[in-house]
Amino acid sequence: MPLDSPLPRVDADFWSLRFVDESTACYAVRKDLALPYSASTDRGVMATVYADGGYGYAATADTSPAGIDAALARARDWARATAQRAITDSRTLPRPAARGDYASPQPTLPRLSRREWFDLLMAESRSIGADPRFVDWEASIDVVESTHRLVTSEGGRIEQRFRFLLPSVSVTAHANGDTIVRTLNGYRGICQQGGEEILARFGFAGAVRRIADEALELLAAPNCPSGTMDVLLAPDQMVLQIHESIGHPLELDRILGDERNFAGTSFVTPDMFGTYRYGSELLDITFDPTEPSELASYAFDDDGAPAERVHLIRKGILERPLGGAVSQARAAMPGVANARASGWNRPPIDRMANLNLEPGASSFDDMVASIEHGVYMQTNCSWSIDDSRNKFQFGCERGRMIRNGRLAEVVKRPNYRGISANFWRSLAAVGDASTREVLGTPYCGKGEPSQVIRVGHASPACVFRGVDVFGGEA
Amino acid sequence: MSAAGPQGTQPGASAARTGEQEAHFHAIAAALDRALDAGERYAATLEGEDTDFVRMNRGKVRQPGHVSQRYLAIRLVAGQRHAVHRQSLTGDLAADIAAATTAIADLRGALRDVDEDPLLLLPDDVRSSSVVRGGPLPASADVVARILDAARGSDLVGLYAAGPVFRGFADSRGQRNWHAVTTFNFDFSLYHRADKAVKSSYAGLAWDDARLAAKMAGARERLALVAQPSQALAPGRYRAYLAPSAVDEIAGLLGWDAFSARALATQQSPLVKLGNGERLDPRVTIREDTAHGVAPAFQGDGFARPAAVPLIEQGALAGSLVSPRTSREFGLAANGANASEVPESFAMDAGELDDADVLAALDDGLLIGNLHYLNYSDRNAARMTGMTRFATFRVEGGRITAPVDVLRFDDSVFRLFGANLEALSRERELVLSSQSYGRRELASAHVPGALVREMAFTL
Repeated sequence: MPLDSPLPRVDADFWSLRFVDESTACYAVRKDLALPYSASTDRGVMATVYADGGYGYAATADTSPAGIDAALARARDWARATAQRAITDSRTLPRPAARGDYASPQPTLPRLSRREWFDLLMAESRSIGADPRFVDWEASIDVVESTHRLVTSEGGRIEQRFRFLLPSVSVTAHANGDTIVRTLNGYRGICQQGGEEILARFGFAGAVRRIADEALELLAAPNCPSGTMDVLLAPDQMVLQIHESIGHPLELDRILGDERNFAGTSFVTPDMFGTYRYGSELLDITFDPTEPSELASYAFDDDGAPAERVHLIRKGILERPLGGAVSQARAAMPGVANARASGWNRPPIDRMANLNLEPGASSFDDMVASIEHGVYMQTNCSWSIDDSRNKFQFGCERGRMIRNGRLAEVVKRPNYRGISANFWRSLAAVGDASTREVLGTPYCGKGEPSQVIRVGHASPACVFRGVDVFGGEA
Repeated sequence: MSAAGPQGTQPGASAARTGEQEAHFHAIAAALDRALDAGERYAATLEGEDTDFVRMNRGKVRQPGHVSQRYLAIRLVAGQRHAVHRQSLTGDLAADIAAATTAIADLRGALRDVDEDPLLLLPDDVRSSSVVRGGPLPASADVVARILDAARGSDLVGLYAAGPVFRGFADSRGQRNWHAVTTFNFDFSLYHRADKAVKSSYAGLAWDDARLAAKMAGARERLALVAQPSQALAPGRYRAYLAPSAVDEIAGLLGWDAFSARALATQQSPLVKLGNGERLDPRVTIREDTAHGVAPAFQGDGFARPAAVPLIEQGALAGSLVSPRTSREFGLAANGANASEVPESFAMDAGELDDADVLAALDDGLLIGNLHYLNYSDRNAARMTGMTRFATFRVEGGRITAPVDVLRFDDSVFRLFGANLEALSRERELVLSSQSYGRRELASAHVPGALVREMAFTL
């Protein structure tokens, strides 16, 4: 629906229409064979209505005027039918009226054709060589173009156009009863907005050969030893650490209890904001939708709230939750513009967007030198945390022992466990900008009904003291 | 709430509605038949649903709404070249036919850019089918009113999801498959405070207020136990009884590649050691049990699914889930698995431990109601980690003595369902999936509880 189309007439306090039009092209080559080309188009609209103090939504792919009218009527009926039992009086909620637009960074390189994508991936695949220890390998990329339009009864008109690149490389090696999987920064961990120039930022060309060598190196490596030691976490593990033990516990809808039946609650309570020491003085966490090319940069969230960069944690002190306008009204707390939906067929809820750990002053070499006995861990491969987001256990693909301030031998299956409320207070060094990487994941799951959404995380490498570390069994 | 409820929220008119959807899909398939050029064939799948989702928190309605969606995926094949296009449908037949025929033209262009695929395998025989189950259901707004009344005074949080779900297949050889089920799934928790809560669910094909009342009463009874002062146990090894819901969580993690023929062949399955002669306890028998699940009896390429696929028989690897592509790659017979090779109708045989005897048999240990957020800590060794969640109790002398604060376990399937397995329960629970990532899943797990001699807890 064009934004200048005639507005529908709805007997309600407020309504909005959120249109999503998304196209995806998937290219993959596995073991030197192209997988079938796969494309998708997904178009629809979410109608939201406030009426008589209630709230309701209805989603349809029928974006004709009649289809939109029917969706608005259904949403209004839901609002009215549940108004007396609603957890929030919708008459107290903000009614977005913002106007504006956003576009992903303009590509600086020509767009690759379908054939060129397959040729690029095939060249990567074939670079692995003929070693029989390689039992599986794959190079792939998803290219996503998405347009979001929001129209509200208060005059809001927002259009945002995104282009996402989601590359992935993995190699599986097997020998002597052991199997190792090595990836390029995790499964689709190098996702960003923009054009083909993203690939060069992460050394995509040559990645299969590079990580294949590392897979063989890990096959021959000993298991990570167990014990209490320092850890130096690479950015492709830091993103997971931030995501699970800062991002999710700060989501205001979790704090308000909405997620308790599914994703869980939070050890963070409303009274902690402003005073609680979440981490050491080195910890600065920002909600930053302005970072160019980061996966979840945008100008407005899906409820139409203008997005801006704010600190959530400053010098280790908790300042603000991740809560959109509805949660802010419910909790009477400030928040951020993070009401987001995975598509036209799911309602916005509080999500991470870009959640970043700000760079510090330590070089990589300085951080290694600061560790007498520890391990450098790269690339998340396992994640588990309790429903309050406190007791966690994470695993990485690759480790390197650090002894007396120097990197030593490679170790496989490095894992560590801890408690969020204590772990961040053991943050002893934060890498400088030269150690920072802008990463993310397209697969953050949450919500009832459930939603998978794209989130960005930028982080430098960081040092934590006295961590419970262990390795694999075999 | 009014008896009429929001318009269209009576998924009860399911037989007529699903009949209309089947006819709509067949009309699109007929248009695809006409759109083909010589030497081309197609296979098309439809995934659709009309779902009322009502999210609740603190005994009130948080987000009520309705989602109507249909996705058509078309695979165009010419020789060994093929490509797929998936698109949302509007529900307007003329518009949907126009979009589908445009997709054929686009795919024809894509075929010029793709290589021949030696691993393409499509069915030879034509096996059409049509299954319509469930409904009618009462209006969702009324159901939610009854739920909130039943939970009055309790801190209830959860989701009621209801309505018809459709899966269809059609191809240019004339095969037509239709699978439509109208179900409801009320997945909920009652909270005492913080993370102290009980979890329950009521799902099925026909709503019964008495069943809701029984479920709510059972949850309240357990909540009274959860409300007792809790114990924080030190990490260590504890004797444990895993309720069926907890076993279902383990089954869910195993679904991630454990039974995949491709993962087994490429040494990535956590159960790869079963293929090398290791064994689980002889009482462990697992199958993909399509005949007794809610998933369609056909997969996405049009292959029929057998009634059952043995996966583990008496502790030994007995089979795997083989997709058509894996069939070609590794010379195995395809057996109805989708490309992901994930179980959709997981079934584990029952044992001999009566429910009434569980506490006495456990004697001194942990009664674990649910597990949460499982992942592999060492996939190669089938070692997994995860958390206890919801109702988990300390049992001493065969009696529940206290709820237990959440604990992290880290242990191997080969120990839990091998040397340390003491008994499986005689009663099994059919867990209908409440997953709704992008669509309501048609998956189930039919699992017993498990008594284990010891289970390792680390945090």
